[in-house]
Amino acid sequence: MAYTAATVQLLSETGELVSSALSEPYLPIIENLSDDQLREFHRQMVVFRAIDVEAANLQRQGQLALWIPSLGQEAAQVGSGFAAKPQDHIFPAYREHVVGRIRGVDTIKIIEILRGLSHGGWDPAEHGNFHLYTLVIGSQTLHATGYAMGITLDGRAATGDPDKDEAVIVYFGDGASSQGDVSEALVFAASFQTPEVFFLQNNHWAISVPVTRQSRTPLYLRPSGFGIPGVQIDGNDVLASYAVTTASLDAARSGGGPQFIEALTYRMGAHTTSDDPTKYRDDAELDFWVRHDPIVRFEAYLRSRGADDAFFAELAEEAHDAANDIRLRTLALGVPDASSMFTHVYTEPHSLMQEQQAWLEAYEASFEGGAS
Amino acid sequence: MSIETLSMAKALNNGLRKALADDPKVLLMGEDIGPLGGVFRVTEGLQAEFGANRVIDTPLAESGIVGTAIGLAMRGYRPVCEIQFDGFIFPGFDQITSQLAKLTARHEGTLSMPVVIRVPFGGHIGAVEHHQESPEAYFAHTPGLRVVSPSTPHDAYWMIQEAIASNDPILFFEPKSRYWPKGDVDTSAPGIPLHASRVVRVGTEVTLVGYGPMVPMLLQAAEIAAEEGTSIEVVDLRSISPIDYGPLVASVQKTGRLVVAQEAPGFVSVGSEIAATVTERAFYSLEAPVIRVAGFDTPFPPAKLEAAYLPDPDRILDAVDRALAY
Repeated sequence: MAYTAATVQLLSETGELVSSALSEPYLPIIENLSDDQLREFHRQMVVFRAIDVEAANLQRQGQLALWIPSLGQEAAQVGSGFAAKPQDHIFPAYREHVVGRIRGVDTIKIIEILRGLSHGGWDPAEHGNFHLYTLVIGSQTLHATGYAMGITLDGRAATGDPDKDEAVIVYFGDGASSQGDVSEALVFAASFQTPEVFFLQNNHWAISVPVTRQSRTPLYLRPSGFGIPGVQIDGNDVLASYAVTTASLDAARSGGGPQFIEALTYRMGAHTTSDDPTKYRDDAELDFWVRHDPIVRFEAYLRSRGADDAFFAELAEEAHDAANDIRLRTLALGVPDASSMFTHVYTEPHSLMQEQQAWLEAYEASFEGGAS
Repeated sequence: MSIETLSMAKALNNGLRKALADDPKVLLMGEDIGPLGGVFRVTEGLQAEFGANRVIDTPLAESGIVGTAIGLAMRGYRPVCEIQFDGFIFPGFDQITSQLAKLTARHEGTLSMPVVIRVPFGGHIGAVEHHQESPEAYFAHTPGLRVVSPSTPHDAYWMIQEAIASNDPILFFEPKSRYWPKGDVDTSAPGIPLHASRVVRVGTEVTLVGYGPMVPMLLQAAEIAAEEGTSIEVVDLRSISPIDYGPLVASVQKTGRLVVAQEAPGFVSVGSEIAATVTERAFYSLEAPVIRVAGFDTPFPPAKLEAAYLPDPDRILDAVDRALAY
């Protein structure tokens, strides 16, 4: 399932702006972007890919229990991530590491999860309204929808002031599209006309199962049955991702109700480091998507706008340093105190927590200097 | 003191009304809770009084109700979800046990989840399949949730307000068989905290413990036993997570015998937990093993068989006799 006649693409596969009936409505949005902003898109994609590769290496070396690569999906994530305004709320699935970086979540927080040190732990209010990951597939779509219902109840959407209006963007994948929670989220979103963008990254594989097993109809058509408009984009085109998400969030914020984007992309690596895609994917498919690498395409576009070798060389060095930095900080991470597992189960005292924490502390203390 | 005589359904209705009036962040959400007032009329009149943005008729989807309540709580609201019947909670089980229960811990203290899930539960109403179940143990087993069940209109009035005021998620099990009998409600003061258990009848020879719909059964059994010359103490647990063992253990230390009763199946149940913990904490006081009286470990039967399935005063007294035989 590659691109279709409905796929919105702003940047051709060779890095030139596309002028078509589908692209026309969105081109004004990217015409407003400065060279600095465009280069920042590229910087985020390139730096994160280096971190991504390094984190996978750390897993192979036994430093992480797991890594969740986003290799190949950088454009879908970076474009949509930059489309969100500061007041917007972002509900990720668990692969949107670079969106987190854009919103202020240091990737070391993700590493802590995958090194077995935490289950999240950042405060979304202090980290760009980027909410915690959700590993149960699709569950977060309902949290996002409830949050967006709250925005409406607070009167913080469709205020008439675009700088104040708030919206939610929720990420999920082609596999998640089969989950009941996703359908329930679409029902609630449509019923309550939530200020919300459903951003589906169709990376074509739910671990080993192809998207054709999840849906026999293109996924961007599915929301129409719920009364929600859907649009399909080239998810490896960072400009399409930025422009269409910007337009969709604007519509959601200003009272247009929920919106739905299917970003066609490809998981160039494994689902996680526990996966082995050579068992189920063929080389021709991978080759197609390698030729559609989002970073290669955007580099060509930036060069056409005057970015020179020095810019890319400097960026490569920054990426190398960022990867090295994440490695060093991973190796320096400490293990939390065992009694911390009791601390935040409840916000108010609960007798079992108090009894078991006291027991564990006394038990551990009994080994210190005790006769044996 | 300010005493009103109310059914539990009306006491809950009044408690919800007070919570809605006291805090603009409190929302009610569920199926048929608006103009209809819920299938048990617990929310009757509340939408007319507070509006459709405070008392929200949701789509018919339990996972959706709980999942969106989580999002609303993240936004600063205090949602009170109604699950229409006990057996319909399971489509929402993931959102309750994997999401709601864990989000406070996953946020390491920066976020609380003040969500109440009201569940009409238990038998004795002659209803069809999935409408008479007692699923409380699943939720008591889940770290991060609190679980309570009132047995009287007074407790229902106060406990629902205290549950809504709590910053932790609470499963609030309402005994359907107790919705209609009336009782005195002191609207001036709750008496004891939400998670406290209470001795509701003083006795000396055997302790009976239960919660929710079982408490009136225990009191009936105690009354019959008294006529036969046996003195029974009755403890209303009120809270299933956490369990306030103080009054219960003190009672067992006095009587030396404990019977625990519940409508739910007995295998791996709240009764099992109580039996184990009381045995650990009051071993030297026990004159007999802790005896459980419970629903059988079968699916809840067709309604014409429920009298044989559910514990009643006779089955409780049979257990009392067995405890006294040691």
